[in-house]
Amino acid sequence: MTRALDGSEAVPSEPTMLEIRGLRHQYDGRTVLSVPEWDVPRGEASLVLGPSGSGKSTLLNAIAGLAKPTEGTIRVAGEAMTGIAPAARDALRARRIGLVLQTLHLIGVVTVRENLRIAQQLAGLPPDDARIDEVLASLAIGKLAGAKARQLSVGEAQRVAIARAVVNRPPLILADEPTSALDDANCEKALALLLEQAKATGATLVVATHDNRIREHFARRLEL
Amino acid sequence: MMTLRLAFAYLASRPLATILHVLMLALGVATLAFLMLFTSQAEERLARDAKPVDLVVGAKGSPLQLILSSVFHVDVPNGNIGLEESKAVSRHPMVASATPVALGDSYRGHRIVGTDESFLGLYDAKVAAGRPFKDEMEVVVGSEVARRHQLAPGSKIVGSHGLAQTGPDHGEDPFEVVGVLAPTGTVIDRLVLTPVESVWHVHEHHGGAKAAAPAAAPSPAPGASPAKTDPAEAPGKKHKHDHDDKPAKAPPAGPAPVAIPPGMPQAMMAPSQGGRLEITALLVKYRTPLAAAMLPRLVNSSTSMQAASPAYESARLLDLVGVGVQTLQWFAAIMMASAALSVFVALTSALQERRYDLALLRTLGARPLRLASLTLAEGVTLLVSGVILGLALGHGAAHALGLWLAQSGSWPLAGLAWAPGETILVAAVFAGGIATCLVPAVQAYLSDPASLLAKR
Repeated sequence: MTRALDGSEAVPSEPTMLEIRGLRHQYDGRTVLSVPEWDVPRGEASLVLGPSGSGKSTLLNAIAGLAKPTEGTIRVAGEAMTGIAPAARDALRARRIGLVLQTLHLIGVVTVRENLRIAQQLAGLPPDDARIDEVLASLAIGKLAGAKARQLSVGEAQRVAIARAVVNRPPLILADEPTSALDDANCEKALALLLEQAKATGATLVVATHDNRIREHFARRLEL
Repeated sequence: MMTLRLAFAYLASRPLATILHVLMLALGVATLAFLMLFTSQAEERLARDAKPVDLVVGAKGSPLQLILSSVFHVDVPNGNIGLEESKAVSRHPMVASATPVALGDSYRGHRIVGTDESFLGLYDAKVAAGRPFKDEMEVVVGSEVARRHQLAPGSKIVGSHGLAQTGPDHGEDPFEVVGVLAPTGTVIDRLVLTPVESVWHVHEHHGGAKAAAPAAAPSPAPGASPAKTDPAEAPGKKHKHDHDDKPAKAPPAGPAPVAIPPGMPQAMMAPSQGGRLEITALLVKYRTPLAAAMLPRLVNSSTSMQAASPAYESARLLDLVGVGVQTLQWFAAIMMASAALSVFVALTSALQERRYDLALLRTLGARPLRLASLTLAEGVTLLVSGVILGLALGHGAAHALGLWLAQSGSWPLAGLAWAPGETILVAAVFAGGIATCLVPAVQAYLSDPASLLAKR
């Protein structure tokens, strides 16, 4: 494993960040997801659009290695996410992928800073408070570093969830329904923050949503 | 480190429940630790005090009371036995040694024991300062008595009638301390030893019989009138010690000088020859193991005295006490089982509450084993806290009781000691506790983050 000057892991420079081939996932004998082929170039923002139950979350879980597809292959930054041991999937996810969940879930009993530290430690990185401060400052929530996560408002929690997803400078950020629970104003803000952070870190962004309000922001779309 | 930090954070997030679980566990551990300390030290103490004596010969009555009064010095005697009759036992060929014990008075709660020098030999007691007693009204004090009352050779002490600290004193018959014994860790540390003649002298001087234990015996020897404490004697009142309860054997004794015939053991001598001489008991050591089978039966069937074995009676005493101790031990064990169950319920419900946290940790790259460790760490933190607090409470209570007992001159109880059973107790609590925590830990291990996050 090689590391960049800032301590993050150096990412192989394949032009394609995400490569999916012949992906199919069945549940109770019923096919709930089918993606014959999909490539996402490095550094681009892509949208996975579809109604509820179309398999968007299943696709994101499969990309993140949280769900094992019935068949097909997925490669992230040139590394296979399918056909490998669960431990290898966990390690690849921790190193290469930042996740923003629909529920914005944070660990409430510890502080915002500790939430970000946990993400660093689970990715195998040394604690880096300077990086945490930098990310929190870029999201205008630097003053919340010492606050318990359970005390945050929804808007603040949204920013912390984005901060956690980008703190390790992952090459791929997956966001599951990041705006669907927000009103129009907040929807725009949240999306802007995501796109901004992805651009700032050079990450590839994949957003899965049924929220048609944001489709215009993405030139590359996969409709399920 | 992260696992421990998170475990502490989760426990700290619900302080009341955490404290209650720790307290429940701690109370169970404390009760068991206290009982173990108490019983192990009591057993050891009883065994150590009883070991030097093979057989006690005393007045008929309760054999346990005879042992308690004459060996452990914690109860009132049954009554007295005739000196002449006891001498027949001491001359028996199966007897290696026979040590007389004459009770009746005390010094600030410590028994004054009329005896002879062989008593020191029974407990391997050495004189640390001064010399052994030789004459009437000379005493040698045990190390604990000397320490508590700052006694040294040359000190004068006044005995009180009876065994209570508040009994009427024998102010006109002070004893002179001629020696202080080195500590032995046995009952002798808490005794005041004097020649038997001193006991006879003190009670004779008061116009009573040449009998030991006149005021302390609630149950009489066969053929003897009961000896009892005079309720009319108020604490601190000058001792009025007329022994009217023993008229048949208590002719008034004059102040005649002691005449000791050559060849007679000094302790068996009377200050005068006016009446039946009595002692409280005879501590016998066997010459041969065969004596254990024959001598008690012989004494019990052919004399007016009874023979009791300290080993047997102390085992019986421990059995009697053991019933209560066992009940308390069961109670404490049930308490600990309840605590373990409550920890299990707490962890399971906590696991349910934070299943999304665990799913989140999985999405961040945590391995299932780390999630199991997190749950286990919470349970183990509760266990360790409960055990440490429980041991501190149990030992603290034993130490406090030990200090109080030491003040009252009773058996010392060491709170800072480690009872042999405590290692097993701690191991059992950890084994049981960890087994209890494993169930929710395995549940955490098997949790599927994708399906959990999808459900939300």
